Amino acid sequence: MKPSPYAIRAQGLRKRFGRAEALAGFDLEVRAGTVHGLLGPNGAGKTTVVRILTTLLRPDEGHAEVAGFDIVRQARQVRAQIGLTGQYAAVDEVLTGRQNLTMFGRLLHLGAQGAARRADELLERFSLTDAAHKPVKQYSGGMRRRLDLAAGMILAPRVLFLDEPTTGLDPRSRNEVWQAVRSLVAGGTTVLLTTQYLDEADKLAHRIAVIDHGRVVADDTPGELKGAIGGDRVEVVLHDQADVPAATRILVRACGTEPEVDAEERRLHAPVVNRVATLTEVLRTLEDQGIGVADIGLRRPTLDEVFLHLTGRRAEQSAPGGGPAEPAGTDPAGQRTHKESTVA
Amino acid sequence: MTAVTNPTPSPLAPTPPVVQLPRSRAYWAVADCLTIVRRDLIHRVREPAGIVWQLAFPIVSVLLYGYVFGSAMTVPGGGDYQEFLMPGMFVMTMAFGFMNTATAVVSDKAKGVTDRFRSMPMAPSAVVTGRGIADIIGACIDLVILGLCALAIGWSPDDGPVAAVAGFALLLLLRFALLWVGVFLGLLIPSVETAGNLYALVFPLTMISNVFVAPSLMPDWLGAIATWNPLSATVTATRDLFGNPVASGGGWADDHATLLAVGWPLLLTAIFLPLAVRRFQRLSR
Repeated sequence: MKPSPYAIRAQGLRKRFGRAEALAGFDLEVRAGTVHGLLGPNGAGKTTVVRILTTLLRPDEGHAEVAGFDIVRQARQVRAQIGLTGQYAAVDEVLTGRQNLTMFGRLLHLGAQGAARRADELLERFSLTDAAHKPVKQYSGGMRRRLDLAAGMILAPRVLFLDEPTTGLDPRSRNEVWQAVRSLVAGGTTVLLTTQYLDEADKLAHRIAVIDHGRVVADDTPGELKGAIGGDRVEVVLHDQADVPAATRILVRACGTEPEVDAEERRLHAPVVNRVATLTEVLRTLEDQGIGVADIGLRRPTLDEVFLHLTGRRAEQSAPGGGPAEPAGTDPAGQRTHKESTVA
Repeated sequence: MTAVTNPTPSPLAPTPPVVQLPRSRAYWAVADCLTIVRRDLIHRVREPAGIVWQLAFPIVSVLLYGYVFGSAMTVPGGGDYQEFLMPGMFVMTMAFGFMNTATAVVSDKAKGVTDRFRSMPMAPSAVVTGRGIADIIGACIDLVILGLCALAIGWSPDDGPVAAVAGFALLLLLRFALLWVGVFLGLLIPSVETAGNLYALVFPLTMISNVFVAPSLMPDWLGAIATWNPLSATVTATRDLFGNPVASGGGWADDHATLLAVGWPLLLTAIFLPLAVRRFQRLSR
């Protein structure tokens, strides 16, 4: 095995489920020791990518290497190098947290003693020691996710796959998960992180690949990506729909570009460079002209806007025919709506 | 094999480094299988209610048929109905057991436990062999409990210990064959809820047999089906081995019940074992 700077290389991956094409020529290169975000709406193919790279699913076409091993021909070697945490790699609910970790440790061939020692270590690190002897059934959502993460980290794997690790978690649990990921990366692990949240990818990832229709449509650093879509945005909500044209003119002058307007919602937003200065200017001009403002603020670009910019479509519409490209029932995230999607 | 170490210490790095033990593939095939068996035994200890539900039906049946209907039931050729009924109850418990297999398999699949296993460097065969051994152990527990209940109401194997052991061996052989049917169906059906519907399949299978009533008392066409039901062969053979009333209809199937009690399970295994393995391998499609 020749040393490669890449922990993950995927070339031309294709996968169909019946008539739906989940992956349509997916390429990705992830440098060893980095966090690579895989960002996209439901049904874009994120989970299919993870399932293929973790040897759970065979691609119809294309090939991929993880930690230098071919995911099809050397699946066993791949499995000895990876950790998987996500919605689809669950823990046993009847067993206690500790019983789960020792079971997985044994199956990772650490031996009974090695497995028990590693289990106690991880329970400690993920603040689960007090709950170690409770069945997982009784765990809160955050505790369960932490246990799930711990199970993925038993080997301190060379490559860790995190499939929407913080979906449905409260902010405190999210922070704990992020902290755990950072500390693992500090130890040299490569992470592929799928997420629907731009801010999560932004916080954790060295690079972000945006995926749409089973294909990577952009692959860049978070800074470049956000720069490309104009960074933060100023958003104004008016009292009166009649003021929309006047407010539009003000935003054009202050931001230098045409704002996006949702007349019915009386909502306008545009990218800003000098955040506070622009916000102050917009607010003052609106007041000077006597335009009633219901709400005004700065916010980060949403996944929708990244999508709109990269594909010319809204994220919600990206799965044609209304159905996700992945088989029904495999994506519980399908019931969620993106919280920050303000534009309809 | 590989000693997994980290270049720089991180709070999540194992201390001392985690070492995967160097052993042969055959060693891990057995060790991983035992780990899965162990998991299932923990399930049984933590959730004993499962065993209770599993045995509730045969026990209620014994009370219902043995005592409530018992006096109205006749055994062709004479004999005590309760004695006649008990081997049937053993077989019915084995038959219902495959529902447990199917439910366990579909639940692991639906919840992602199976995928977690499949993403690990463990022996892939262990997922299936572990399930199988765990279920056979479960069947032994069921038989011991049900056997004790049977002894309590006055049933006894009358042909000596060797024949009794042979009888129980036939019961476990049947359970072994149905195991593969259970694994196959568990991988086939989409959700745990659907697994409950399998009762619709099992119930007629146990009723249209000689478990409760001698087929000679049924209409001819139904009696023929009941006689050739794989469960009936095991029932007749175990009745014979336990020295309980057999109520033979005198046909070929009844005369060769022991042969069929071995043959049917082997045939079922020959069909469903490869199907189950194939289905498991196709999870990656």
